[in-house]
Amino acid sequence: MTNDKNVLLSAEHLYKSYDTGKKDKQIHAVSDVSLEIYKGETLALVGESGCGKSTLGRTLIHMLPASSGSIYYDGKDIASMTDKEFRPYRRKMQMIFQDPYASLDPRMTVRDIIAEPIETYKLCKSREETTEMVLRLMDAVGIPGEFLQRYPHQFSGGQRQRIGIARAIALSPELIICDEPVSALDVSVQSQVLNLLKDIQKIYDLTYLFIGHDLSVINFVADRVCVMFLGFVCEISKKEELYESPLHPYTEFLLDAIPLADPHRRKRERKVLTGEIPSPVDLPKGCAFCTRCPYATEECRTTRPELHSIGDRQVACHHPLQN
Amino acid sequence: MDNNNILEIRGLKSYFFTEKGTAPAVDGVDIDIPKGQIVGLVGESGCGKSMTVRSVMGLLKYPGRVVEGSILFDGEEIAGLPENKLRDICGRDISMIFQEPMTSLNPVVKVGKQVRETLLVHNRGISKTEAKAQVIEMFRKVGIPEPEKRYDSYPHQLSGGLRQRVMIAMAMICKPKLLIADEPTTALDVTIEAQILRLMKELRDETGMSVLLITHNLGVVAELCDYVYVMYAGKIVEQAETFELFDHTAHPYTKGLLSSIPRIGQTEERLHTIPGVVPNLLHLPKGCAFCNRCELADKGCKGSSPELIEISPGHMIRCFKNAAGEAVASDASSAGVKAPGTGASDKAASGEAKKSESEAAEAKAEAFDKAGHAGEEGAL
Amino acid sequence: MSSQDMKDIKLNDELQLEIGERDGIRDKLKKMCRQNHLAAISAIVILIIILMAVFAPVIAPYGETEAILIDRLQGPSMKHLLGTDELGRDLFSRMLYGSRLSIAIGILPSLISLVIGVAAGLTAGYFGGKIDYVIMRIADVMLSIPSLLLAMVVMYTLGTSTVNLFVALSMTGWSSVARVVRSQTLSIKESEYVEAARSIGVSRFKIMTRHILPNCIPSLIVLFTLNVPSAILSESSLSFLGIGVRVPQASWGLIVNQGRQFLFTQPWLCMAPCVAIMIVVLAFNFLGDGLRDVLDPYMQR
Repeated sequence: MTNDKNVLLSAEHLYKSYDTGKKDKQIHAVSDVSLEIYKGETLALVGESGCGKSTLGRTLIHMLPASSGSIYYDGKDIASMTDKEFRPYRRKMQMIFQDPYASLDPRMTVRDIIAEPIETYKLCKSREETTEMVLRLMDAVGIPGEFLQRYPHQFSGGQRQRIGIARAIALSPELIICDEPVSALDVSVQSQVLNLLKDIQKIYDLTYLFIGHDLSVINFVADRVCVMFLGFVCEISKKEELYESPLHPYTEFLLDAIPLADPHRRKRERKVLTGEIPSPVDLPKGCAFCTRCPYATEECRTTRPELHSIGDRQVACHHPLQN
Repeated sequence: MDNNNILEIRGLKSYFFTEKGTAPAVDGVDIDIPKGQIVGLVGESGCGKSMTVRSVMGLLKYPGRVVEGSILFDGEEIAGLPENKLRDICGRDISMIFQEPMTSLNPVVKVGKQVRETLLVHNRGISKTEAKAQVIEMFRKVGIPEPEKRYDSYPHQLSGGLRQRVMIAMAMICKPKLLIADEPTTALDVTIEAQILRLMKELRDETGMSVLLITHNLGVVAELCDYVYVMYAGKIVEQAETFELFDHTAHPYTKGLLSSIPRIGQTEERLHTIPGVVPNLLHLPKGCAFCNRCELADKGCKGSSPELIEISPGHMIRCFKNAAGEAVASDASSAGVKAPGTGASDKAASGEAKKSESEAAEAKAEAFDKAGHAGEEGAL
Repeated sequence: MSSQDMKDIKLNDELQLEIGERDGIRDKLKKMCRQNHLAAISAIVILIIILMAVFAPVIAPYGETEAILIDRLQGPSMKHLLGTDELGRDLFSRMLYGSRLSIAIGILPSLISLVIGVAAGLTAGYFGGKIDYVIMRIADVMLSIPSLLLAMVVMYTLGTSTVNLFVALSMTGWSSVARVVRSQTLSIKESEYVEAARSIGVSRFKIMTRHILPNCIPSLIVLFTLNVPSAILSESSLSFLGIGVRVPQASWGLIVNQGRQFLFTQPWLCMAPCVAIMIVVLAFNFLGDGLRDVLDPYMQR
């Protein structure tokens, strides 16, 4: 199954931790993550706030240095590269940000914002040529050309996010990290942007790493889903299988917690997770989820489960759910 | 006044008087909250839902002001009450919880003490130790683990979910008759959200208080509410009991909202979208506020603005086109709803005249949004 | 700032969000003129004084050093609007000429210290670590020395001349600018649009000049308008002490110094330049406060 697909980017035993300022205390944001992103697919990273999904996304594209482990892009290890060595790869990996109000410089016009990547890599010879390219990009994301000289504050959230998308595709990248691109948007606008992301993916032949917390949005965009908890990967599955029969208990809780827009299913049996997320400074010795997991055994508390394959799915759990 | 209602809002209008014109953020809103029920107020950002509750709580600040309308709380008029009297009622009988618990808690005071203060302010006779015992009891009730220990915690030492529980404890400590929750779970993770929603329901069942839940999430509404108001551009566009609303959705806006939510299990390649963006309150379209985003809109919709009409018992919509296909004109009189908000649009129009230039640009923007998405709609 | 203020600001932001419009700098300046009349009047006063300084040779009825000995120590009259000094020089004309130096000394060193402060603050804030430590400790040292004392030391070492006065005054102002710019850089550096620029691969220099600096401009405008009066005051003090501008050139501080000996007999010789200094300093302060209110609600002093 995995062999007939081209791996675009893969991570092996990736760690990322931050210093807290105190001795011997580190925040473990990403721990022992191994995953593969195939060309042309959308891999979704799901988890609650503080689970390290954004940190992982940024580490994968060299925005943050990895603490240890390796990242292969087209077969080359980019984790160990210096910024200078990485520069040719930079333009192949772009990002779309969560907050459309914060990700555009308030003092630049739309033209200057979208032209910035073009000018940085000197893709166009003249100013006119650059503007023309900006206009083509604006057209592609559905912002009319007459708004070229407008400032971000004159646009609505959805329109700003479109501008952010235009900036990300300006360099014709291969991989785009979408960091919660719709979670700050209203429902009616969210669906517009999600559709646009899908269109753009087809037209420009893009690979997405889609970071999100809303499993219903993930269901719409993703091909495969990677569930994270406290910096660890819990489960990597194809979307249909994950929603049909979750392997990891945490995935099951996440799915059960989604409020459904259907009052008739209000009375359904829901498993509600108790307890709070442990501190990423003092990780539990065993499975990171064991403090909240109702199925946890002694084994879970003492030994950390490795990510292992079940069929073409991967799960890190001593007692994966059987259906 | 219906004795079954804890809160009755009638013809509430709150405007913002900005330099660029008058923005009718709340434009003739009628809301009833029956005793012991959870009522939802749904809408996208900018629809005026937060402004409605701020008006009720007397929290509107310059340049916003309640222009007219009556707010009856437990049979007593509270609109226009002087601030100190309103504070008295608001703290004791009406409590409010906000989206971001961190900004509502004082960062340098222990959370237990903050909750205790609320209790002491409204119950003068209580001793401090008695109050502390009550606070710890309330902490236990809202599901805070180790309440004695948490009593002495500072807000930053608690997680987001725990902070929201403290906020709920603070809101519940005076046994309010009405709890107003403004997006209480938006800043929280799904697993925590599920906990908090369950807690709010349990507290309602236990104490019989009423809840006004403001949210943009239709899923939360479906899980929790008994009755729902849908708001758009300062007006209620649809109201019904939750089951009725989801089963027989009638207003095109509500329909659009419901169908644009991605759902688990759906396999369509594209999501339904509502074209365009929420209109700017300073430049509302003439006629129905939703007309330039509505698929059903015709000349009539653009010419005059519709009133709320009852299409089935307890189910009202503000639309000329009854999506259920029934004749609506005859119902209009029997529904007996007075005509709100015509004077308001006049005022807004005079403010608009000055802004003809930017308005033209705005119109262009709206036109493009429609054009830009026509393709997407076609592909559905 | 109290937490209530923060809430109000947040509330107002939300309102603006709901209404859907935000103001650009130009709108904010217009708003200031409408709401804060004191600031608007101050701006007009400053403009008039600058114009008077520029066109001093045209307006002044007498030359800068033109002495008419018969008219010495006269009171205000139609012939000499503000009277004359002990050498019979027309006080009004001298003050017009003096305003050129005083205003220039107010503005130029402030500009220079702004440039130095911006460069230092940006570098310290963006790179952090040791660079930050070194730059900010230098700034701290500068701030801990009384500025007038520092200027006096510089003037004594380099010798009293107008150019050296500029140097001395430029050296004192930059550290407070650097502090503000550094703190703004630290917060802007973490914003998503700077991250976006980094993800594109924009160079550090460009990020600093194209993204961070333009977003500091509102606070820089405020800082500048508040720095000018303090420079004018320093110049006046130095000239009054006799280590600033040298005779026969005129500056307001110097005129006060010369009028000092006639304080009880011909008080206008002292009073007139003092009042002028007061008006300019007040006008700049009012304008600065007004600008701060509209441009920079979060900035604290």
